[in-house]
Parts: sequence; C-alpha cells; structure tokens
Amino acid sequence: MLVYSLRRIAQTVVVLLVTSVLVFAGLFVVGDPVEILVNPQADQIEKERARVALGLDKPLWLQYALFLKNAASGDLGISFVYGRPALEVIVERMPATLELAVLAMLFAVVLGIPLGLYAGLKPDSRIAKAIMAGSILGFSLPTFWVGLLLIMLFAVHLGWLPSTGRGPTVDVLGLQLSIVHWDGLKYALLPALNLALFKLSLIVRLTRAQVRENILLDYIRYARAKGLPRSRVLGVHLLKNILIPLVTVIGLELGSVIAFAIVTESIFAWPGMGKLVIDSIFQLDRPVVVAYLLITVLMFIVINLAVDLLYSVLDPRVRIDAAQA
Amino acid sequence: MATRPARSFPGSAAAPARRRFAIAAAAATLAIAVAQSPATAQGAAANSELIVALSAQISSLDPHFHNLTPNNGLVKHVFDTLIATDEFQNLKPGLAESWRATDDTTWEIKLRRGVKWHDGSPFTAEDVIATFKRVPNVPNSPASFAQFVKPISSVQATDSHTLVLKTPAAHPLLPRDLTAVHILSKAVAESARTEDFNSGKAMIGTGPYKYVDYKAGDRVVLERNEGYWGPKPAWTRLQFRMITNGAARVAALLSGDVQMIENVPTADMQRIASNPQLEVKSAVSNRVIYLHMDTGRDKNSPFVRAKDGKPLEENPLRDVRVRKAISKAIDRNAIVERIMEKQAVPAGQFLAPQFFGTSKKLGPEKHDPEGARKLLAEAGYPNGFQLTLHSPNNRYINDEKVAQAVAQFLTRVGIDTKLETMPANIFFSRGSKLEFSFLLAGWGAESGDTSSPLRALVGTFDPSKGNGAANRGRFSNDGLDAMISTALTTIDDTKRGLLLAAASERAMELQGIIPLHFEVSAWGMRKGLSYTPRADQYTLAFEVKPAR
Repeated sequence: MLVYSLRRIAQTVVVLLVTSVLVFAGLFVVGDPVEILVNPQADQIEKERARVALGLDKPLWLQYALFLKNAASGDLGISFVYGRPALEVIVERMPATLELAVLAMLFAVVLGIPLGLYAGLKPDSRIAKAIMAGSILGFSLPTFWVGLLLIMLFAVHLGWLPSTGRGPTVDVLGLQLSIVHWDGLKYALLPALNLALFKLSLIVRLTRAQVRENILLDYIRYARAKGLPRSRVLGVHLLKNILIPLVTVIGLELGSVIAFAIVTESIFAWPGMGKLVIDSIFQLDRPVVVAYLLITVLMFIVINLAVDLLYSVLDPRVRIDAAQA
Repeated sequence: MATRPARSFPGSAAAPARRRFAIAAAAATLAIAVAQSPATAQGAAANSELIVALSAQISSLDPHFHNLTPNNGLVKHVFDTLIATDEFQNLKPGLAESWRATDDTTWEIKLRRGVKWHDGSPFTAEDVIATFKRVPNVPNSPASFAQFVKPISSVQATDSHTLVLKTPAAHPLLPRDLTAVHILSKAVAESARTEDFNSGKAMIGTGPYKYVDYKAGDRVVLERNEGYWGPKPAWTRLQFRMITNGAARVAALLSGDVQMIENVPTADMQRIASNPQLEVKSAVSNRVIYLHMDTGRDKNSPFVRAKDGKPLEENPLRDVRVRKAISKAIDRNAIVERIMEKQAVPAGQFLAPQFFGTSKKLGPEKHDPEGARKLLAEAGYPNGFQLTLHSPNNRYINDEKVAQAVAQFLTRVGIDTKLETMPANIFFSRGSKLEFSFLLAGWGAESGDTSSPLRALVGTFDPSKGNGAANRGRFSNDGLDAMISTALTTIDDTKRGLLLAAASERAMELQGIIPLHFEVSAWGMRKGLSYTPRADQYTLAFEVKPAR
C-alpha cells in the first residue's frame, strides 16, 4: 500500500511537470502577451516596460526555470492581467464553480437514476421510449443553444427566473455561497439545469443499461423466488449492484463539470473558473492558465486515486498490491 | 486558422453566416417573438437603481493599473480627471476649471475649489502631484498610464489650487493626455496598492458615485455621492453587470434584468430597435477599420506571389498606384450596408470628420473597379498578382466577414486574394513581427484626435521616439514624418488642427493605410431612458437620465 501510494505521488509529479511544460510552450507559440495586454495606443517604450515588468524579456527556458523555482514553494506566479497571485484569482472564483457543479450533478443524479430505473424496468412503455429519446436530445443539442433557449423561455418569456449572473452570496464557513438561499438559488437554477442536461442523459442511459443487464441475473431471480417485496428487490438488491459503476462515472463527471463548465458560464455570465480560464487564454495570461490546468490535473488525479482506493474498500474482489501499480 | 480562397463575388457581400451566428440569430428571433408579450418592463423612474450590462470584464478597479477601455470607463464613476471630454471627445473642465499654455513648455492649471473626497477631506494641488508620482510606478502593471505623465518634467503648486507643469519640449497634447489620468487623494496615491482598490479600501474618489461592492468577473455596485461637485446624477444606486456574451446581454435586456446594455450585436440591432419597449442609441466611434500593406520590404514580401503562383521578386505594394487600385476596388457602401447592417460609416481618413484634426476634403474612395484595373496596368500588373490578406476573427465587429468581402473585391479586379483569419491573440503577435504582407486591423484613437493614428500607423517606425508603434506595414515617408512632428509641437489649437488635417490628406494621398469604415457603437436600453452615445465607447451611467 505504501509503495503504491508513493508511486502514485511520483506519477502525479511527472504529470504536473509535463502539463506545465506543455502550457508554457503552447502559449509561447500562440503569441506575445504584451501585444494583447498593452493598450494599442502605447508606444514601443511602454511595450518594453511591460515586457520587463511581466518578466517576458527573459528567455523562455529561464522563465520556466523561475516558474519551477517559485512553484516549488507554492507560488504559481502573478497574473499578467490582474496583477495578483494567479492561485488567488482562481481560488476566489472556485466557490461559484463548485456550487454550480454540485447543483448540476444533484439534478443529474436525482432525476437521472429514477428515470433510468423506470426506462430499464419497463423498456417497452411509451414513457420509457420518451425518456430515451429525450436523453438522445440531451446528448446532441449544443450546450450554448440550450442555454440561450432556457434564458429565452424562463427569463424572457415567462419571467420566472433571472436571465444571467450569480445571486447574492452568504458566508458559509468562510465560503461565499449563493445557492443556500432562494434569492441566490434562483440565479443558479438555469445554468445548473443547462450544465446538468448532458450528465443527466448519461446517467439515464447508464442506469438503464445496468438495470437491463442485472434484472436478468440469478440473484434477482432468487430474491424474487424468496418472495421478497418488489420494492426491496429493486431498492436494495438491484440498486446496490448497479451503483458501483454509476459512482465511478458520477465522480469523474463531477470533475469534468468543475473543470469545463466554460460554455455555460459564459452564456449565463456566471463568474466561475471556466469563464476565467477562457478569458485568460484569449489574453494570454499564462500564470492563470498554467495554475488552472495544474489544479485541474491535480483534481483529476486525486479523484482517480480516490476511486481506485474506494474500489478496494467497496468490492472485496479488488485488491491493490504493489505489483498492480 | 482558416485559409480559404476568395470565391468569385457572389453578388452579395453577405458572407455565408457561420453556425454560431445563425444560432445566435435564431435565438434572437425567438426573443423578439416572445418579448412583445409580457410586461417585464419596470418603470426606470420609479426605481432609482440603474442596472447596466457591460460587454467586457474589468481587470481591476485601480485606475492606474491597466489602460483598458472597460476599466477606464468604469473608474470614471468614482474618480475624476483634471480634464474631461464630451461625447465627441472635445475637452471640457473636470477637476481643473481652466488650463492654458503660458509659453511653449509651461502650462498653468487652475483647480476647482470646494471639491471634497468621498471621505470628506478637501481636494488640493497636493493630491494631483501625488497622483502624477504614482502613475508610472504601479507594480506589475500590464499596460501602464506612464506615457500620459512622462512628458511632464516638473510639477509645482503655486498655491493650493494652482499647478504649473513644465515639459522639456513643446507638447500640445498635454491637455489630452490629462484626460486619461484619474486623480487620487494624496493619502491613497502614496500608500494604496492595486489590491486595495479591488477590495474597495482605496476607492475614495471625487466622482459622482461611491464604491459599494465589487465581485470580480461579475458585478460592481456603486451609490450616489451626495456631495458631488458636478450635476447630480439621477440614480441613487448603480449596478454594472459583466455579461460578455452578446446574445446573453440582449436576453438580459429583454427580460428586464438590466435596463441598458452596451455593444448591441449587429444581428440583434433591428430586433431591439423594433421592440416597442426598447430602443437603440448609436454614435460613430473613434475606431477606424483599415488595411495595412507591406511597404517596408523592397523584395520578397512573404505573402505576395505572381499571378501564376510563382514567387514575385519585386513588391507591388510599394507602388502607390497599386495601393490606390486596392482602395478603388473596394465597395465600402456594400460592406457597410450588407455586412455591418449600417452600423458603420464608410471611411476616407483616420477619424470621422467630426473629430479634431480631420480634413473636410477627404471622403471615402468611390468604388471604381475599372479605375483600379487601369492603375494596376499602369503599375505594370495588367493581370494582377496573388496576395494573402490576414485578419483577426474575434477583435472587431464582423471582422472576418469584412475581410472576406475585401478579398472578393480584390479578386474581381485581378488581385487574387486569399484570406487567412485567426484569433486576435495570434494575429497581433504575428503582425507585429511583420509576418504578413497585407492585413486588416482597427485603430481607436482614444485621444480623440488624428495625432495618435498618424503617429502610430503611418509614422516611420522608430522605437526611440515612440513613432510607428502599430505600423505593421512599415510605411515610411520623410515628408509626412516632418508634417506630423511639426503638428505635434504646435501649441496653438487651430493651427495644429490644420496641420493634422494636412498630414491626414498627405497620408491618404500616399495611401499609407487604406481606411474602410468607422465602427458605430450602439447601446440598447429601455425606452424612456436618455443617453448621449459617446465616440469613446465609454458607458457613463451617471449621464443616463430617466424618462420625463
């Protein structure tokens, strides 16, 4: 177990290093931040001043070496655009993204599992067919189009919900959260629904497939033969078994919702990390892009690790030993 | 990066709409269908909070940190400049009641008396001096305001409300430079860091509104400064929301979440204008969209080829007749009407004629394909040649479509033009490295006069003097340089205006750039709100008045 954890940590460090090199090289190829940041009216003297102030006058390898040196002590650089530590700029936006992601996944799970169960148990009913057709739409419609449609319907036409932005926040254990009260929650409903649609479809289809597969297995038949009530067979025997793959997928999807809510955040003017990173890419704000991707990579690695470890806890057949890693 | 050959001109300048435009337009069509019905409009007068949607994010509230139009517009609500500007960027008194040049290198500025900072302390000359000291020394600034105070060699307060500024050489643009410098109190200027503005601690100005709240990437909330020295604004509270997506901004206006938006997308213009509860106000901006040609290289310009695709040794773009031919080949009216939906004005010089230093004689070049062919033949290219036009695709209004139309017009007169478009972050880096032969770009003259485009676009590239900073064609003409430098050292406004106009005429005669059109900036708002649209594109909410 110890060897395994050490190896995973070593792998993590290598992945983070490779990511940082790729981002450095990638953004260097894209363009010169000074051309974008400096006001077009500025003369060459001002451009040169900015280049020196941002440390861009040094050769790329030296910039990278300096970055590594500072990163080792937890400093991921100062944002070119905001003039503040990149990590701070990102962390400040994190609660907004996290609460949206959690709400979206909640929608997806709370709606997705029952709908999937139904569709799996009564595959030939009309409702089941409608659910499956709906899930195909959920997969294939472009997120930004659905987002605009939601705004038009619920905000412009019906006037029930605000069109864009994040509601007033409340301090919860040091975090600024908006979804814990109705005034803030109503702002989050549309973007969360928009973000949830794809995940919802995924969970519906996954649940249905699992149900279809498991319902035919012997343990269900035995449970029925024993004369257990239907609710117990479905709610305990079946659900327990289909949850294992679902939990894996939900975990990973939560990661992707947190990291890549970019389209939804732009359309709903939601001040989260996704919007920040897309703006930062356009402005070639390298420290923010690097820090963001490092955080994202780290997040996925941690989620993967947690899933791996959980497997061995949940399923006695899975054992992690040194050889496996 | 999309490379596509220019097709023969299909009879309409409207390029095939790309999917994202089509969908935005579809959504907007839906919007108009439903927006007629509900009474979501709230009487603006009943509620004295005004909510405005801005189209860009601000990067900081520190007025000296990042010289960026959205930042500059926002901080004007809290801070004042010594000299302000009207909607055509003519100068008007701000914290300075008057200013005059006592000789070629000395300026005397009389400050307004009785002005109080938001914390109650009085405004004096000491505050201005401390501000000038801070401006060039803001740490980590990505785009500083240093250039506006650099020409000042010394500042002296002769009494508590009179300043004497000295410049080493004659610098007639000093009053215009001062319109960019927001004044801080001495205490703030000497101690505040950029973070202190973002947190609100240092947001102590003399302006019409006081800081209440700022959430990065989301909103800024301000409340009225009841002790403001100028006319009292109508709204007790202001809220600026940052909604960068155009369709979402329009939706926010339609739903009544905001009462005013800036930068109405051209696709939604008609729809807002025809909605009985809304209206659009627009004004020609200080931004010209232009073509720049590689006139710096004698030979082997990277994207010029002979008609048959073989390398072309000489550079045809150095011949003024070829540049004139390109200008004549373009139908500016078609571009303005069909691509820009009339949200642009055909251009014949650097700035629209209402601005300072423009020429009354210069109008847009007439569309004359015959004349263009004749000029090409005279220049020795009767069959034309091959050329690639480079353009950004996310920087200016419909930039990609305009570039497409230009390429088609040129192909029609024999200059086979390919188009290559790319995001602005790539475009400007490559353009400044002189990787292009022919490019489309824009220039917003923030100073509001022709001195800035003359110096930056057609002045000979010279880093030591700061000339030709955006001269990506490396155009150079000694006579024109001399005219520009004379104008830039002439203190007398009338004389300088005439000199700038003459320089503009000469630059157009030499065709250092080819102007296409001036962008029009548009604001959408609830009917009944009144706002005088501004050429500098600032959204100044304190000038918005409710319905009478």
